[in-house]
Amino acid sequence: MANRINTKLKEDGKLLSIYFTAGYPKLADTVEIIQQLEKNGVDMIEIGLPFSDPLADGPTIQKSSTAALKNGMTTDILFNQLKDIRKSVSIPLIIMGYFNPMFQYGVEAFCKKCQEIGIDGLIIPDLPVDVYHEEYQEMFEKYGLINVFLITPQTSDERIRFIDSVSNGFIYMVSSASVTGAQSGFGDEQQTYFQRIADMKLDNPQIVGFGISNSETFEQATKSAKGAIIGSAFIKHLNGHGVDGISAFTKTIR
Amino acid sequence: MTNVNKTAPLKNESGNSSYQADEKGYYGEFGGAFIPEMLYPNTEELRQNYIRIMQEPSFKEEFDQLLKDYVGRPTPLYFADRLSKKYNTKIYLKREDLCHTGAHKVNNTIGQILMAKKLGKNRIIAETGAGQHGVATATVCALMGIECIVYMGEIDIARQAPNVARMKMLGAEVRPALSGSRTLKDATNEAIRDWINNPVDTHYIIGSVVGPHPYPDMVARFQSVISEEIKWQLKEKEGRENPDYVVACVGGGSNAAGAYYHYLDNPDVGIIAVEAAGKGIDTGESAATSALGKVGIIHGSKTLLMQTGDGQITEPYSISAGLDYPGVGPMHANLFVSGRGEFISITDDDAMNAGLLLSKMEGIIPAIESSHALAILECRKFKPEDIVVINLSGRGDKDLNNYIEYFNL
Repeated sequence: MANRINTKLKEDGKLLSIYFTAGYPKLADTVEIIQQLEKNGVDMIEIGLPFSDPLADGPTIQKSSTAALKNGMTTDILFNQLKDIRKSVSIPLIIMGYFNPMFQYGVEAFCKKCQEIGIDGLIIPDLPVDVYHEEYQEMFEKYGLINVFLITPQTSDERIRFIDSVSNGFIYMVSSASVTGAQSGFGDEQQTYFQRIADMKLDNPQIVGFGISNSETFEQATKSAKGAIIGSAFIKHLNGHGVDGISAFTKTIR
Repeated sequence: MTNVNKTAPLKNESGNSSYQADEKGYYGEFGGAFIPEMLYPNTEELRQNYIRIMQEPSFKEEFDQLLKDYVGRPTPLYFADRLSKKYNTKIYLKREDLCHTGAHKVNNTIGQILMAKKLGKNRIIAETGAGQHGVATATVCALMGIECIVYMGEIDIARQAPNVARMKMLGAEVRPALSGSRTLKDATNEAIRDWINNPVDTHYIIGSVVGPHPYPDMVARFQSVISEEIKWQLKEKEGRENPDYVVACVGGGSNAAGAYYHYLDNPDVGIIAVEAAGKGIDTGESAATSALGKVGIIHGSKTLLMQTGDGQITEPYSISAGLDYPGVGPMHANLFVSGRGEFISITDDDAMNAGLLLSKMEGIIPAIESSHALAILECRKFKPEDIVVINLSGRGDKDLNNYIEYFNL
């Protein structure tokens, strides 16, 4: 069976991907959030495995991670919550988290569990592409998992080509030199960067993340990219409106 | 508890066993650079240039000159006569406490500020726990007239007011880290986030032999002046370069890395690392990473760290603010796992008593960090003819309040 991410990427139109932190606002919200997001037309979901020290995240995701851990979220609990998820949704699911909790779980055991549940891919910001390529790529592929790498405006063309060659799904294009969190909009600098990447004609499509918060930034980001990811803005919305407000949120994006 | 695997050290380029970092920044299985892609250009620029820059004659000259005229090096290697008689062995103290700003930390900040200048950076960031590294960074930024921002946990800011004031006097901005447990590890996270947000003009001066490659190796090289001096000083005093043992306290482990550096691959010299047991290893209030840690990733380095079974990093405890880091530098993790280093942990109580003893017997009030290293004299027997060098990493002025409270002075 083809990976759901690849199938989705072949569809026409721009993709909306949403990130949320598992265990937030409440420990048991995970399944409900996933079902609501699918129901409201979202194309792909990143399930955040919370970590005590999220280096690449801004204040919003930091706070949601701290709260999720305080709520009692663990890797085992998350896997348990997701064990029947494929009975109710068919949307591509990605687990996004830092390497240490996966390392403690056992990387192979983690991958195996993901396959059993029906997780399609992983995003691990602090597992660099060269370490992945040397030590883990075979393992991930054995369990049918797509690993997604980040690039930034500072990433050299040469390195982008290498990342493209190692990737087999999409490339996560970080919009600017920053941690996660909403910005007011994309200026010329970002547009130039988006265009530069588009001109490289990479094998893998690109999805833009960091700083996407509304229909305007979504549109700007997806002018040349295949899709965009919203994280912090969605978490803020969850914080204010809870799980019931999800349809109201997705309507504001497109 | 960690399983101690006795593994052979890696071979270096010349085919010899080495406890130094290899080309990719690994010490055995530890080290490397587990960083988000956003940090790759920053660390890569440093990795490609640091050894070349450190070997440039103009760099070396300026570094040596500042260590001599500004820091006050060489620091004395002092034969502690009364202490030696009491413990019936030959004890030398390497007096890093006499460095400008009161600790060895400044050796590294001098080196890194010169590195930052060579790389054309005009903005400096740093993390600090108790404030010692923050003060040492603010000092060299004042010296060079460079903007300085120091991240410090909100909780540490409250309990280390004098060092916060020092940094401000030196012209640095102190920014509170409000995330997580609001202490050293979170201050480090904030500094890393700042670096992600400012990838071009900023240099991050890490304060210990931790973080992604090339930091552990670069900081160890800057601190290696400590063992470089011990070698010739001991030769003058004892007619030999090698002591039988070098002893140092280990939080992240920068003073220890400097004191061991030139002895790492010399099996004649015993290496003793002293960690903070806090209230005791089994009390849940401890910072003894070798005893309590497991292999994992912290601040971009694969090393031993204190964490939950689920891989969440936990908050360590020690009476000494300089030793309560939840990880340990990858060099030290390798020294521990390979068996090259002897690791001993010392409780708050034993450290405080050792600090008081040194004050009364030698007229030197040590930092509580250094008191941990001194405390092994009570529990580790040495032969009368042994030469034991203890690295006295810092002076005790900053800890006076702790000493006052503890001893009701």
